[in-house]
Amino acid sequence: MSATRERPESAPGAAAPAPTGVTPARAGASVGLRDVAISFPHGPGRIEALGGVDLAVDGGEIVSLIGPNGCGKSTLLRVIGGLLTPDRGSVTLDGDPVTGPDERVGLVFQEPRLLPWRTVADNVTYPLELAGWPRERRDERRRTLLHAVGLESAAAARPAQLSGGMRQRAAIARALALEPRVLLLDEPFSALDALTRERFNVEMHKLHARTGTTIVLVTHSIPEAIFLGDRVVVLSPRPGRVVADLRIDLPRPRAWEALDEAIVSAAARQIRDHLGPADDQLPDELTPPDRRIRDLWVGE
Amino acid sequence: MIRLSAAASVVLALVVFLAAWKAIVVVGGYPPFILPPPESVASRFVQGWASGLIGPHAAATLVEIALGFSAGAGLALAVGYLLARSVAAERLLSPYLVAAQATPILALAPLLALWFGPGLTSKVVICALIVFFPVAVATMVGIRSVDARLLELARSLRATRRQVVLTLEIPAALPNILGGMRVGVTLAVVGAIVGEWAGAERGLGVLVNLARGSLFDIPLMFATLVTIALVGVALYVLVVLVERRLVGVR
Repeated sequence: MSATRERPESAPGAAAPAPTGVTPARAGASVGLRDVAISFPHGPGRIEALGGVDLAVDGGEIVSLIGPNGCGKSTLLRVIGGLLTPDRGSVTLDGDPVTGPDERVGLVFQEPRLLPWRTVADNVTYPLELAGWPRERRDERRRTLLHAVGLESAAAARPAQLSGGMRQRAAIARALALEPRVLLLDEPFSALDALTRERFNVEMHKLHARTGTTIVLVTHSIPEAIFLGDRVVVLSPRPGRVVADLRIDLPRPRAWEALDEAIVSAAARQIRDHLGPADDQLPDELTPPDRRIRDLWVGE
Repeated sequence: MIRLSAAASVVLALVVFLAAWKAIVVVGGYPPFILPPPESVASRFVQGWASGLIGPHAAATLVEIALGFSAGAGLALAVGYLLARSVAAERLLSPYLVAAQATPILALAPLLALWFGPGLTSKVVICALIVFFPVAVATMVGIRSVDARLLELARSLRATRRQVVLTLEIPAALPNILGGMRVGVTLAVVGAIVGEWAGAERGLGVLVNLARGSLFDIPLMFATLVTIALVGVALYVLVVLVERRLVGVR
């Protein structure tokens, strides 16, 4: 796993290797969570979203978080990002306690969350504007960022004119704007079609090889979790706790074909075992008319 | 169906309107002091502007509108934002705002003229008052409808309160705000004229009264009404142009 970080330029970039800016100037930061618990008001009482999560992510590591719906995966990501303060436990970045949104962290959400009135270029440099960068520096950085995600030709377009995949590229470029040392991805590819999603997964590896940032990825997809992760961390149903922490020993850089390897199906089986049965799972015994529906569903 | 360009359809509508007006005068046989024909209103309009009769009155009214609209809309932006972001402010203020809006401006105008005198101030206050409500409500609705996910994004990027307002909330609410201003700017014309009726020395509202009363010049009265209508349309178009410039490209 660490071998890949020793040769960051071995993979050609998403578009091509970026000249400056997204090169691994700084290594990824480590993330530490100790006994993190958080609950939210719910009706008359409170609902416990996370029930004591312990997790350590090394600098430059990619960790996939997977778990059933509502297990608090996204909440966990927001706690790391400083958007939510846990009720108890501690969160650290390179050993420093997290007290709020941190400059070292870049976030990519499930939706691109672009400002519709801004051009793609102005969306990508929005974090720089907020951070008070002067215009010339922003312009310079803009070129690097758009190049890194292959959006140079769409710089002047509005988000509404782009495809879903291009919008998410812009969101990734925006998250990279301030050269984060930790990238938090909250189901970033779940709204994309299957082929685009595979391509994005491959590109994420290349991006990681160039930037060296730590990546924490929340996903619903077992193949995606395995393909991207150095480790796959499985969370329990609410209140979320770590129930499994699997190391994925696939060589880097990974091509999508890597998923055909035998260790992948072994890992997938282990993850499924830990995930347990879904509460909305179809029963095994079905009456004939239902059987057809089940075949359609399962056959997909 | 014949397709017309936008300009051609505007001209056509105007021609139809003028023709109908002329027809009513001719068919109904109305005397000029009840309904003057369009051509005599047109010539009085040109003559009134050329002789410098209408101009100073129009200028006075425009100044009242400009000041009143700016004050009213400016205050409405601030209050509308407060109403959107503070539940307490909304509970405390909204009954009074609605009550002020529900009281006809026509009934309030004499009181305001009494308080602020026959000069510019009373018209500006009346204008501001009438512009305030639609812009404040539009601002409140616009700010409230800002996508919470974008606010979370801004927070994750450590935006300051000021940056959130300037780079996110105002741009996002702009279509709503400008919609409120479209309504507000036409109401500002109403406010200025009503204010002038309640007591003034100059203004298009004063000129309407003069033309109907001591001058008894009905074509002049119509020419003044046309001027008022044109002022309203021009201001409305101005807001629409600003709107197109600011939000048209989304």
